[in-house]
Amino acid sequence: MKTSDTLVALAVQFTSLSLVAFGGANAVIPEIHRQAVDAHHWMTNEDFTALFAIAQAAPGPNFLVTTLVGWKAAGLPGALVATAAMCGPSCVLTFWVAKAWDKYRETAWRSAIGAGLAPVTVGFVCSSAFVLVRAADTGWRLVAVSAASAAVAYFTRVNPLWCLLAAGALGIVGLLS
Amino acid sequence: MSARPTAWALFVTFFQIAVSGFGGTLPFARRTLVDRRGWLSAEDFTETLSLCQTLPGPNVVNMSIVVGARACGWVGSVCAFAGLVGTPVVVVITLGLLYNRFGGLGVVRHALVGLGASASGLVVATAGRMAEPLLRSRAAVAAPFILAAFAAVALLRLPLPWVLIVLGPLSIAVVWVWRRRA
Repeated sequence: MKTSDTLVALAVQFTSLSLVAFGGANAVIPEIHRQAVDAHHWMTNEDFTALFAIAQAAPGPNFLVTTLVGWKAAGLPGALVATAAMCGPSCVLTFWVAKAWDKYRETAWRSAIGAGLAPVTVGFVCSSAFVLVRAADTGWRLVAVSAASAAVAYFTRVNPLWCLLAAGALGIVGLLS
Repeated sequence: MSARPTAWALFVTFFQIAVSGFGGTLPFARRTLVDRRGWLSAEDFTETLSLCQTLPGPNVVNMSIVVGARACGWVGSVCAFAGLVGTPVVVVITLGLLYNRFGGLGVVRHALVGLGASASGLVVATAGRMAEPLLRSRAAVAAPFILAAFAAVALLRLPLPWVLIVLGPLSIAVVWVWRRRA
């Protein structure tokens, strides 16, 4: 595929995802994975897992995995196009809706929209967890690392960075392969 | 909002939130905006967050847009957004370059395999934390839609926008009727 075609594909994909990413980027991970790995073959499953891990471990908002997917697909222009496409439409929408929101704060329909979208969003985030675990956990030791990280993050208030660091260290000393 | 922040203050504050927010920025956003700067009360923060969660897009990014807009209009939004996203984009691209250059090395691969497993576990926990209050307060109307969305996207691998277009309005309608009855 030509670079310009890839850039167009990135722009189209992330612009549409931007407007359906209720609950943030984690909700659209399955779709990003489907497009990047299965549909366009921009990267392997292993690459996707590594890039997601990098985005999680780096400082900043978690949606930066889109920057890395764009970068892997089409270099620096791809990274910028993917980031702008992921943020642009939802930011413009947010800007305008924020004004109206303050006006309709107390209405029943406003809160019904929020309450109705919530379970669908949760279903999407569960899907993300499923897709990521399946891509990452290629052996029982890795399943154990995922389970331990999930338990620590769910039951405690420990900074999740410690889980990532510990898992990385276990990997480096060769306990996970 | 107690003090009206300037565009520059918005940029600096969201930059601070971005660079301290390892593994998710939301807790740092709360600490900075509410406790340290006092730009939002605790209630304001929760309400603004619920707005940002109702809208599509990354929550913290939406929050930068809203907080910026309330302070200085669209200039404020642009400054807050630039502060939040600019530096992290440079950082992840640098890390991506390093991955391309050194990703084949055994030690890097081993570290990333562990990181990937842990990062995916963290998303499991996020899913659990998001599901818990819904299942506690209204399992009967929420659980079917959680399961349906999961089955459609994770198991059947249907395109997410279509799933949302079908399930979203349905779920909103069910909540609406359910609240009328209650």
